[in-house]
Amino acid sequence: MAVPAAKQRLSVPFDYDKYLRPGKLPHIWCPGCGHGIVLKSLLRAIDKIGWEKDNLCMVSGIGCSSRTTGYVDCNTVHSLHGRAFAFATGIKFSKPELNTIVISGDGDAMAIGGNHFIHLCRRNIDITVLVYSNAIYGMTGGQYSPTTPAGSYATTSRYGNIEPPFDPCEMAKAAGATFVARSTAYHTKELEKILLQALEHKGTSVVDIIDSCPIYYGRMNKFKSASHMMNGLEKDGTITVAQAAKLTPEEIGGRQLRGILHQAERPEYCENYDNIIVKQATATKGA
Amino acid sequence: MAEAEKKLPRIEIDAVRCKGCSICVDFCPTKVLIMKGTIVAVDNLAACTRCQLCDLRCPDFAIRVFD
Amino acid sequence: MPNSKKKLLQGNEACVEGALYAGCDFFGGYPITPSTEIAEILSVRLPQRGGKFIQMEDEIASLGAVIGAALAGRKALTATSGPGFSLKQECLGYACIAEVPCVIINVMRGGPSTGYPTGPSQSDIMQAKWGTHGDHPAVALTPASVQEILTETVRAFNLSEKYRTPVIVLYDEIIGHMREPITIPEPGELEVINRAKPECAKEDYLPYDENYLVAPLAPFGEGYRYHVTGLNHKADGFPVNDSEIIRENNERIMRKIDENIEDIEKNEEVFLDDAEIGIFTVGSTARSARFAVNALRKEGIKAGLLRPLTIWPFPDKAVKKMADQVKFIVVPELNLGQMIGEVQRVGNGACEVLGINRVDGESIHPTQIIDLIKKHK
Repeated sequence: MAVPAAKQRLSVPFDYDKYLRPGKLPHIWCPGCGHGIVLKSLLRAIDKIGWEKDNLCMVSGIGCSSRTTGYVDCNTVHSLHGRAFAFATGIKFSKPELNTIVISGDGDAMAIGGNHFIHLCRRNIDITVLVYSNAIYGMTGGQYSPTTPAGSYATTSRYGNIEPPFDPCEMAKAAGATFVARSTAYHTKELEKILLQALEHKGTSVVDIIDSCPIYYGRMNKFKSASHMMNGLEKDGTITVAQAAKLTPEEIGGRQLRGILHQAERPEYCENYDNIIVKQATATKGA
Repeated sequence: MAEAEKKLPRIEIDAVRCKGCSICVDFCPTKVLIMKGTIVAVDNLAACTRCQLCDLRCPDFAIRVFD
Repeated sequence: MPNSKKKLLQGNEACVEGALYAGCDFFGGYPITPSTEIAEILSVRLPQRGGKFIQMEDEIASLGAVIGAALAGRKALTATSGPGFSLKQECLGYACIAEVPCVIINVMRGGPSTGYPTGPSQSDIMQAKWGTHGDHPAVALTPASVQEILTETVRAFNLSEKYRTPVIVLYDEIIGHMREPITIPEPGELEVINRAKPECAKEDYLPYDENYLVAPLAPFGEGYRYHVTGLNHKADGFPVNDSEIIRENNERIMRKIDENIEDIEKNEEVFLDDAEIGIFTVGSTARSARFAVNALRKEGIKAGLLRPLTIWPFPDKAVKKMADQVKFIVVPELNLGQMIGEVQRVGNGACEVLGINRVDGESIHPTQIIDLIKKHK
């Protein structure tokens, strides 16, 4: 039957169910938690790059963010707190043809998994790391994390946090990741685009994603609602690299940069192993 | 053509998935949506521009805009 | 073994031969005395045969990478010693509950903490059983010679693949670093068990299918998309809050070992049939015990040795039999008394149990055993 031209032109909503395990929703995340928004951006990016679910592997640690792996219909590991980087390294190195993504949070990646995070970046193994940065340990009820801003409140910083926060992007760059970017849950289309570039990148790519925990961080820090928090932290609290380039440091103020913050080319770990180690080893085998 | 442009979109809300965070209501540029009790509801469908921001920012996979 | 190769090898070198014989194609490790030779040699040997070697950033990551590799279908190994074994306990528990086959070599050294890195010890016997939190199955093998390190490493891979569980090989620094002439078995000479693959339709695959005591484990990337977690889970691998399923999950991982104890258990008995005095020990200490038994027999003292090659699950049946038969049991061990508690538990008062313990970085000499037995008999 002929379809009117106007109908063909209009967009159809993205079918997330194609990538979700049936019967697993509603998810466990709290009302207004940004993690679901991030996951949707990731699924759209995966769809754009066209990766088959059979060849997709998602590994997570422990925490709210790490529950992501339970929902996505692919090869998934919900590993140990901070250890997703090690598990994923073992998987990717064993089967480089598996497109491998690590889902982590600020506590998982920057505190308990900090060492593993650094060395994954250093090896430049072809894994994409998503850090869902909501500046709080949500799963345990709202304790301060390594990305909690100084002065803000959590259930373990009732008098205000005296620790300065980590910048996951600076950490990734210093450690040797070859693609480092930041976006937010609020900027969902921009996030999708950045995630697509991260997935396309050969080598370790790290995307720090600022999203909101309205239930714990939000309530303790006087945010009225999820959208109030998204506006305050994600929209007004960030600025694109391009916008920032036209401003003085004073004008940028405390805003965090969004966009691709670092990109470099360096040999990828699995390829290096095959090209150098296996070549050398087989050449000297008889010796 | 004119008729097609006047045609209203269909907004599907999954009441089981929606947790009533109000993100879609708060960010809808044309105030199509309202909170009804603990979940979102369509209030002014005629104002919908099919921008899909409600879908894009819904953390709960609960709202979709069909043409 | 007419065509087999004779070689003079160090214990840790024999471990490598055993691992490669069993089909090990992944090693993730971290340098630690006295196990480091295993990593060093595998870094050379694995890439020669298309295997993967990676030196991870720490002990935790080593076993993490090994678990990841195993999920991707590889036969994966790590090697460590006491302090590293402590760090690995977290991932060891994960491998137990997620039922991921892998092999952990622990070349035991003195402890606690950094302890005495270059001295022998058997102080991780209990850590191998109780080191990680929660109830969990423990399978640990205790070779006592360089040759046995090879064969027991093969058996460790076989058991881990068959029962989808981590298997620990425990040996002390003495046999890890000693050299002995050994025979490298020809291919086919020793049994090599490979992981069972699912036979069902891909969409019907359940990684923890209740119809099996040990369900087949599909390698990632072959179309069986499933979820792995360290949380208590149901047949499909997803976490649950249902107390009935949690109980079954916890009990089944124990049951799969308990119900196959005869397949897993392995003991050597030396003059035990008519023994009036029993010795129970493992590893290098068993070598001294064997010498002691022979010497005592020459003097007409009916001593016998029970030497488990599988220390976990504990050989209850064999120990009970010995306890009912002998006047007393001597348990020499390079710690302050770990196995002895188990022997006492099983013996349950049937006979006296005496310990010989050393934690000074020296081995237990046969004369120590002989003297105690003569004094006590």
